[in-house]
Amino acid sequence: MNLLLKGGRILDPSRNIDGVMDLLVKNGTIAACGPDLQAPPETQTLDVGGLIVSPGLIDMHVHLREPGQEYKETVATGAAAAVAGGFTAVACMPNTLPVNDTRSITEFILRRAGEAGLARIYPIAAVSLGQEGRQMTEFADLKDAGAVALSDDGKPVMDAALMRRTLEYAESLGLTVIQHCEDLSLSAGGLMHEGYYSTILGMRGIPAIAEDIIANRDILIAEYSGTRIHIAHVSTAGAVRILREAKKRGVRVTAETAPHYFTLTDESLTGYNTAFKVNPPLRTAEDVAAIKEGLADGTLDVIACDHAPHARTDKEVEFEYASNGISGLETSLGLSLKLIEDGVLSWPDLIAKMSLNPARILNLPSASLAPGACADITVIDPNRPWTVDLKAFRSRGKNSPFGGCALPGRAVLTIVGGEIKYNGLASQ
Amino acid sequence: MTKLTKKDILGMADLTVDEIHLILETAESFLEISTRDIKKVPTLRGKSIINLFYEASTRTRTSFEIAGKRLSADTINISASTSSVVKGETLIDTARNLEAMNPDIIVLRHSAAGAPHLLAGLVRQSIINAGDGAHEHPSQALLDMMTIREKKGRIAGLKIALVGDIQHSRVARSNIYGLNKMGARVVVAGPATMMPRDIEKMGVEAFTRIEDAIVDADVVMMLRIQLERQKQNLFPSLREYAQRYCLNRTNFKLAKSDAIVMHPGPINRGVEISPDIADDSGFSVILDQVANGVAVRMALLYLLSGGNE
Repeated sequence: MNLLLKGGRILDPSRNIDGVMDLLVKNGTIAACGPDLQAPPETQTLDVGGLIVSPGLIDMHVHLREPGQEYKETVATGAAAAVAGGFTAVACMPNTLPVNDTRSITEFILRRAGEAGLARIYPIAAVSLGQEGRQMTEFADLKDAGAVALSDDGKPVMDAALMRRTLEYAESLGLTVIQHCEDLSLSAGGLMHEGYYSTILGMRGIPAIAEDIIANRDILIAEYSGTRIHIAHVSTAGAVRILREAKKRGVRVTAETAPHYFTLTDESLTGYNTAFKVNPPLRTAEDVAAIKEGLADGTLDVIACDHAPHARTDKEVEFEYASNGISGLETSLGLSLKLIEDGVLSWPDLIAKMSLNPARILNLPSASLAPGACADITVIDPNRPWTVDLKAFRSRGKNSPFGGCALPGRAVLTIVGGEIKYNGLASQ
Repeated sequence: MTKLTKKDILGMADLTVDEIHLILETAESFLEISTRDIKKVPTLRGKSIINLFYEASTRTRTSFEIAGKRLSADTINISASTSSVVKGETLIDTARNLEAMNPDIIVLRHSAAGAPHLLAGLVRQSIINAGDGAHEHPSQALLDMMTIREKKGRIAGLKIALVGDIQHSRVARSNIYGLNKMGARVVVAGPATMMPRDIEKMGVEAFTRIEDAIVDADVVMMLRIQLERQKQNLFPSLREYAQRYCLNRTNFKLAKSDAIVMHPGPINRGVEISPDIADDSGFSVILDQVANGVAVRMALLYLLSGGNE
């Protein structure tokens, strides 16, 4: 089956294309992109007038919980959430049970992804065995098995020497290293951002410097060793400043932030609602402003939602005992569209941060609508206001503070390898 | 105001000045019951009150129990260990089970800040926060205010100094909210390591020297120091803490000549307060606080049960 998308606004940051055109998909690849294309025989034609046609969105930071915590999420339910949220591909973090620190786990995740047959799943392998921060995993073997990057996400690599060796060894293999920046000695026992609200709520705080210090340290290590590094879920004004200065002097550092860090502040915690409990924690209004500035000026390359699905039992407990995280795949695009409304990002910038940039950072194929490219396409209706209904999430994790939120638009068509994996064109 | 319309008492942050007045006046009227030969009135006969304590407590639990009994309520004490949280029933399940037995009020003490707020949103019973982590301890602040009013005749306009571990103190937070609402001038002092960030935004002046806080104070309230804080490097040693922050004859001279000394207990004698200060009934009102605690808790139980209807 071939597909002809008629009359959409084609946005392809890989070629700086932004214009109303048709897009023809044949045999799973982009066949043509131009005005007034004719449908060859056996072609499904879809009118996408007024909609945005983008390279398939990629979320480079999700937790799929399988193996080990299938009650929270499986590869299949996570992939279903991904395509419903407009993502044709996601990269999943290794903090499963057991940890993805060996070839067999990576292969297992890929097998599950194949069985699900929805979004592309790119496993990220652990930096250290068991994510214990001591012994390196077999980077080359993991890469050969299909891992696209390395991270101990959920935890930082606290040992500076291990981080140095990891960056050096991974660089030689072309593997990206992603750091979760948190100085554990400063964050110990912390439940939320340290500031006025932690003071009045009587909860142990996580100071912003816990993030800034490790971001700064690892930027220095990358600079010294001449390697690349990617900083995960940036939440502080300090880390944005450190990144901006590092990029200015040519350090090969990239960074991502998540929608909750440009949408919510620590003031949200005043009701002890565990849906707002995330790590890094929600910060202040000044931090939110700095994150938006970082997105606008390119300091922050990527929007990735840190999809962290949890079961009710993980969240319906005292705040102190509740798990960290937001089930984010199905609201990430809608929340990010607000950045366009607010004038923070242009359309091409937003699309680049959600497709081309993560693809480049992880060395993934294309993220392009050029003829010959694999037909991973997301069609977005920017003017389809909807209200977030947690019960309607495809993800098993209904843990989101955005239930009931009005969002401006959403993905209406998610196409992976030329096949429609999610079609919300008709729904309203 | 003659009636409390709130379902729960979760913290001083959400009590109005009128509500605080009502509680204090009700408590004052109950004070006399505890001095009778037969210390019991039938007011809450047929009501059941569960004291659900997830943290060790002698004073507060006993105080709530006696308060309930003096009003003829049936009081049931449940001491749960927070370690059971890991393997046992969740707080929510425990609460739902208790709810099914249809008590009237649940008094909750819990080490996790916000635990009473979680319960209050789930069960139809009234919840009284008897201390949640480092967050609030409203009945303590109310008994402190009752004691200040009793000794000073007023709260508005007084300078009140809170000294010690402000960071981890629910007593400090509840008192800061309550005393500020009642028009007092609140100052706090303690080691910089135990002074929470942005504390000034709560409407207090903060100092690191005890002397700066207690100068010209009408009330000096000393807070308990948890000995295990030393292991977290929040202060170097008890010896040095006592040298710098213990209330003694010398530094107490800086306060007003008629100043009173308070402590929520239990006291680490010689660490927070020198024994001769703590035991001097000329200015120490520590035991009056305990006596007033029963009256304040009687007032809370009474008002939450629909008292003054």
